[in-house]
Amino acid sequence: MARHPQAIAVDAGSTDPGPYYLGSGQSFTNREAVKRDLTLIIEAGLDAKIPVLIGTAGGSGAAPHLSWCLEIVNHVLVDLNQTARVAQIVSDQSSNDLITALYEDRISSLGPVPSLTEAEISDSTHIVAQMGVEPVIAALVEGAQIVVAGRCYDPAVFAAVPVMQGFSEALAMHMGKILECAAIAAIPGSGSDCMLGTLDASGFILEALNPERRCTVTSVAAHTLYEKSDPRLLPGPGGVLDLTRCQFEQLDNRRVRVSGTQFVKSDQYTIKLEGAKPVGHRTISLAGIRSPDLIVQLDTVLESVKDQVFQNFENIESAEVKLLFRCYGRDGVMGELEPMRQAQPHEIGLVIEVVAKTQALADTVCSFTRSTLLHIGYPGRQSTAGNLAFPYSPSDISHGLVYEFSVYHLLTVDDPLTPFPCTIQQLGITS
Amino acid sequence: MMLSDLATVIRSKNAGPFELTFDVLFTNQDNYQKVVASKQLSAESFAELYAIDLADVLSVVEFEPALAIKITIKRARSSGAFGETDVYGAQQHAPLLSLWIPA
Repeated sequence: MARHPQAIAVDAGSTDPGPYYLGSGQSFTNREAVKRDLTLIIEAGLDAKIPVLIGTAGGSGAAPHLSWCLEIVNHVLVDLNQTARVAQIVSDQSSNDLITALYEDRISSLGPVPSLTEAEISDSTHIVAQMGVEPVIAALVEGAQIVVAGRCYDPAVFAAVPVMQGFSEALAMHMGKILECAAIAAIPGSGSDCMLGTLDASGFILEALNPERRCTVTSVAAHTLYEKSDPRLLPGPGGVLDLTRCQFEQLDNRRVRVSGTQFVKSDQYTIKLEGAKPVGHRTISLAGIRSPDLIVQLDTVLESVKDQVFQNFENIESAEVKLLFRCYGRDGVMGELEPMRQAQPHEIGLVIEVVAKTQALADTVCSFTRSTLLHIGYPGRQSTAGNLAFPYSPSDISHGLVYEFSVYHLLTVDDPLTPFPCTIQQLGITS
Repeated sequence: MMLSDLATVIRSKNAGPFELTFDVLFTNQDNYQKVVASKQLSAESFAELYAIDLADVLSVVEFEPALAIKITIKRARSSGAFGETDVYGAQQHAPLLSLWIPA
């Protein structure tokens, strides 16, 4: 804080942990860890009288994530014996509005994503849209000291204050793109301590605040590759960040200056939608296999177990039950991409996985599959007491609801603010 | 030489839930140029290495400012969907390590 920053921002969001968190409304971060971090940030922000901005609250930014984060913010303020004007910006999109947009041809696919259907929209538990800087700026203009935003384009919370002050949107967004990963763009990289970005009229300077870390031209340029498909053109709300003419300049041992970023506004303002839907309940069973005679004919044996299971539950439509064997030690990590699948391992870590319409059905099918495989005979079998080594008793684990990404599309909107309603309330000690 | 002898970082990661992206980073201009010139990291060779359709290799980008080569492919299924083996996509890079780059 001795460096007098004009805003503290944090990006909490990612689709990386998979569809469960958006679908279920749970946070993928731990409440106590989030409270600790927010206490540091909020205390420093209020002391310095600068805005604190939290992007994609709760990890996925849907309504339950936003409430979860607001409750923590309130708790932090009470603990600090403080009060603050807190904005919450909702990013949930109603399925009715989206179905209308779908029929008005305002929704398009992103890359290799299948076209959106009405069923995918109505089956989704939460659909959020990524906001740009505009709704965040609007909240700041209304006098918010702390902004808790739903799903955000990652750089938006970092770029909002500079864009509001009249700095170049291209530079502010590019700076935000790097700052959103904290000190990952430094060497050694880290997501757990901060990076300082300083903007001027024609560029910005990056500096890791931990003296152990350095920003180098290569570390910063390499970071622009991270988690994106093209390092030169970065599409976002309202336009594309074009890095083709970017210059990276080493100022000293620890600082890098970036300039030349351009922002190409698109004709129509589009926002990215993300949604997840429940697809059933999962039960798994973990076991090991050490018999060489079984490992050598594993696929055939697993296939005949599968046949027996579906014969036994023949009144159940196969669409209601999905059964899968994962064979760690062979292709458990890479699946169909594994080039060494034919190598004969000395042991196999097996996961029996069932996803079914109800938890009870998944439990039943998993249990039946496990006991069938435990005792099934196969040609040349010498180990007749059992085919599986279980590390646990009970051997089966009911895993609960399973989700899939259902929506990952672009929505064309008339303006950048309407899809993201904002309310401001006084939180913390109220007397 | 193997790619792992020439590159300093060889990694894979999701680029959104429907794409998987591979980064090969160098610290040395000569090594970077050697691999680019070898054309061993082309869409065709990548499709062959991972036994996928050429059409599923979405892009191969040589990005000199970062001494990096980036390959993006279509995921076999969206991240976390039934049959997923690697939700974050962070352990799909291993076949690249031993990719042979002629001297």
